[in-house]
Amino acid sequence: MSWEAVIGIEIHVQLRTATKMFCPCAIPAEGDAPNTRTCPTCLGLPGALPVPNRTAIEKVLAVGAAIGAKSPATTRWDRKNYFYPDLPKGYQISQLDLPLAEHGSIAVTTSAGSGSVRIRRAHLEEDTARLRHEKGADGTRASLIDYNRSGVALLEIVTEPDIRDGETARRYAEELRLLLRTIGAADAEMENGQLRVEANISLRPSSDAPFGTRVEVKNMNSFRSVERAIAYEASRQAEVLDAGGTITQETRGWDEGSETTYTMRAKEDSHDYRYFPEPDLPPLDIDPAWLAAIVAGLPELPGTRRARYVSELGLTEYDASVLVAEPRAAALFEAARAAQKELDAKLLANWVSGEYLRVAKEGAADPDPDQFAALVAAVASKEINGTTAKALFAEMITTPLNIREVIVSRGLGQISDTGALEKIIADVIAANPQAIADWKAGKQQAVSFLVGQAMKASKGRGDAALLGELIRAALDR
Amino acid sequence: MSAELRRATAAQLRAGFGSGAFTSLEVVDALLGAIAQEDAALGAWLHLRTGEVRGEAQRADDAYAAARASGAEAVRALAPLLGVPIALKDLVNMVGTPTTAGSKILEGYISPYDATITTKLKAAGALILGKTNMDEFAMGSSTEFSAYRRTVNPWDRERVPGGSSGGSASAVAALHAPLSIGSDTGGSIRQPASLTGITGLKPTYGRVSRYGIVAFASSLDQIGPFARSAQDAALMLHAIAGSDPRDATSSALPVDAALLTLPQGDQAASAIKGKRFALPKEYFVAGMEPGVEAAVRAAVAALQSAGAVIDEVSLPTTEHALATYYIVAPAEASANLARYDGIRYGASKHGGGDLLDGYLATRGRGFGPEVRRRIMLGTYALSAGFYDAYYLKAQKVRTLIARDFDRIWSAGYDAIVAPASPSVAWKFGAKMSDPVAMYLADACTIPTNMAGLPGLSTPCGLSEGLPVGLQLIGAPWSETGLLSIAAGYEALTADAPWRAQEPTDLAALGGAA
Amino acid sequence: MSKLTRAEVEKVAALARLGLTSEEVEALQGDLNLILEQWARLAEVDTSSVPASAQTIVQVMPLRDDTPSPSLSVDAALQNAPARSGDFVRVQAILSEEADG
Repeated sequence: MSWEAVIGIEIHVQLRTATKMFCPCAIPAEGDAPNTRTCPTCLGLPGALPVPNRTAIEKVLAVGAAIGAKSPATTRWDRKNYFYPDLPKGYQISQLDLPLAEHGSIAVTTSAGSGSVRIRRAHLEEDTARLRHEKGADGTRASLIDYNRSGVALLEIVTEPDIRDGETARRYAEELRLLLRTIGAADAEMENGQLRVEANISLRPSSDAPFGTRVEVKNMNSFRSVERAIAYEASRQAEVLDAGGTITQETRGWDEGSETTYTMRAKEDSHDYRYFPEPDLPPLDIDPAWLAAIVAGLPELPGTRRARYVSELGLTEYDASVLVAEPRAAALFEAARAAQKELDAKLLANWVSGEYLRVAKEGAADPDPDQFAALVAAVASKEINGTTAKALFAEMITTPLNIREVIVSRGLGQISDTGALEKIIADVIAANPQAIADWKAGKQQAVSFLVGQAMKASKGRGDAALLGELIRAALDR
Repeated sequence: MSAELRRATAAQLRAGFGSGAFTSLEVVDALLGAIAQEDAALGAWLHLRTGEVRGEAQRADDAYAAARASGAEAVRALAPLLGVPIALKDLVNMVGTPTTAGSKILEGYISPYDATITTKLKAAGALILGKTNMDEFAMGSSTEFSAYRRTVNPWDRERVPGGSSGGSASAVAALHAPLSIGSDTGGSIRQPASLTGITGLKPTYGRVSRYGIVAFASSLDQIGPFARSAQDAALMLHAIAGSDPRDATSSALPVDAALLTLPQGDQAASAIKGKRFALPKEYFVAGMEPGVEAAVRAAVAALQSAGAVIDEVSLPTTEHALATYYIVAPAEASANLARYDGIRYGASKHGGGDLLDGYLATRGRGFGPEVRRRIMLGTYALSAGFYDAYYLKAQKVRTLIARDFDRIWSAGYDAIVAPASPSVAWKFGAKMSDPVAMYLADACTIPTNMAGLPGLSTPCGLSEGLPVGLQLIGAPWSETGLLSIAAGYEALTADAPWRAQEPTDLAALGGAA
Repeated sequence: MSKLTRAEVEKVAALARLGLTSEEVEALQGDLNLILEQWARLAEVDTSSVPASAQTIVQVMPLRDDTPSPSLSVDAALQNAPARSGDFVRVQAILSEEADG
């Protein structure tokens, strides 16, 4: 029979801050030696106390505003009590019933069209330590604890059970990540564990039936695995139910290699976290003026920006989404447009999403937006040709260049003068009798060969289109 | 000379160091000598900084000598407690020293950092002689729940010094230090001060930073001084009070400079005239010892004859404070003590079977019986299905307790006067078998903690030869006022025969060594 | 309020990770039930329109600037660790059945 999947997503994301949530230890960097970023507070030493990081709170309030959520007039933190070696205090400082943001939503576009996912809550808590597992020479197993990550600020965002398929879940996660990056709340690099996605999945026979038994899926290390893991888990549950079986409430992990989910933990007695208000922290009043300043400081959000690029600048939906998907690309696009107001937006968009994004993904530094705009403007006016422009772009991301000066001083201007080009063509034809013979034999490729030779002879400066035209005319003669 | 130095108050020591009458090193040696001779019998200390503190005293003496050469102004400009030896309750972190909180689970633990008050005391020039005994994690009223040793009352070696700060109280009462630090969650400063015949102050919640103090119940814990005079207690409060960026519950209010020079003598006594005191009838509970009630009522009468107005008032929620406290404090403690898991520090029983067994054995064996009892109470009060009936209900009653007190301050009273303890010091073991009876020992002090108010105990006489304390409770942030009243009461009763009486077993302590 | 059974006492001890002997469980069952009788009296207090107080002297929450301070040295951080492996704290194997919150 057919089943409807009901999916809710829980995302934990590390906020972009300089220090931890409740202590002034620096955020550990990749490659930091173990236990070098700790203090009495994040080690849970006797007597240590928490003091919250203002920037972390402001970033969560900004996220709340960006998803249209409400923030309470007063918030507070609560202790969530459980024992585990990665939790030094034996409780996590989290938020139970007064999260920093509640009731927001994110618009999501999938192959099936546009929709929206409602967000139940977003709250601010602290991360745990990292455990590494070790098997000793004598066969005993041990866990090694590195407290560097203990206490790093984490934003937890929980959706309503609004999602029905893996693709929507993936798009939701991608769109949320883009939003977080756009407003500077997080870097959200999934491969570094800065963004962790968990899905709750259950099936029901129809959309008006009660929810079925849900399974939590973890260990999805890319957006692609979010989509695949959910699709797999929904079909696995359907098979069990179709065979007359029942679903066990449990936590399952996604195995990237076999593309299946496996049981991580059978359901134990439901947790009794014994939440209570954190007595080491007074309640926090969220001053409306403070919140208003945070809202006023928000940049243009991805959805608004995409719509504007399509309606005002005439970009295609696709081009707009490629540009907006990478905040650095969108920033370069905006800055270059500001520098050259008359610049053709489509050409600029092509350069940003083509040349720029290609090198940016390889880790290159951003070009100076003014010079980048000057470069694209020189292409637009046909002052330089594409070959020259690409060479200059490759140079300008490593060495500061003044594009205007370089075009003049190096004599890079495109040769569009018919007389000059015809002289070059005459030499090329004279030097390549075989190509002439080929052409006479009906081989059209001979023209491309000759254009290439003529371009070489012009030191790359020839107007490629004009060269082709002139060579055909010369051959016809 | 040595005996006089032991009896001197901090204020007298500071004056003597300044004038060159005696040196800090002489005082330190006198105290260390007394400790060496008497502490085997007294049991007040858990750790002594004998090696370090003599060098620190020498440096203080050098500073005094240099200042004297530059004149009186330079001497006055030196830190207010420079060269004055003090004691810390063994839940105050001090870098490089053990901090056990009286528990086996922290045996061998060496602090890698200073509590804020440790930093402040060092800055004020105080010399930290060592750490004092206490009930395990400050849970107890007699110091009998220390995992390490028994502390006796210098008034009677067969009796408890009170608790949980029994070591700090006995050390000051037995003239082992002029000043010490205690902590008060439900009465752990005021009650032992009362039982050992000294002054003990619990400041307003938030007045003194809790950063670096091993936590018992975070919304109730407050640090304060033990001293042998109101002025000395004020000097120490001045040194440790003030806002701390590391404690989000510490107050931003400035520290009152008037604490350095409380009114003294006739001036202090005459300031009692016109003061309005509230005498709550609920504090004279059934089961209060007649001798205690008589001493407290005599003290109230003395205040009245000095011109104070005394009104009997009612604080009707007082009877519910004890149950409220024994829900809130254990609940917070059950979380605060979760960190003692034997993984990062402390006595560990991990390594044998599996992880869960490691937790169970470390905590089951590492904590003593009273701590286990309170962890159980707190865990139960917060557990699913009981939270509303117990924890949430207690938080609401707590609001009512605070409102009771608010009505007193709105009516314009300067302080509440009450007993600090319903009894004098009791014999060892007398209350160990019945937890409910034991918890009643704090009935007079607990309401203050629930409301976060400042309170102090000042000696007001003897009953059956044992000290009785008068408790003064004030509005939030009224410590200077309370201490001034205590100074006034000291002046009024300066000639009372009981004031001349020294702890009766003091001499015997040395003989027992 | 009903009295705590032995099984309930054992459940609370397990939640609190206190390994108790049979005698200790029994003694605690008696003590806790005595104390619960005291707690039960709070039910008599009318708190229907009373807000809860987690703290009674309430400060304005001070927020910290996002500026790093030096961390402890590894040696200071780990000086009290009962078991180490290099610069890690070591604890015996973590069982998969254990909750990780």
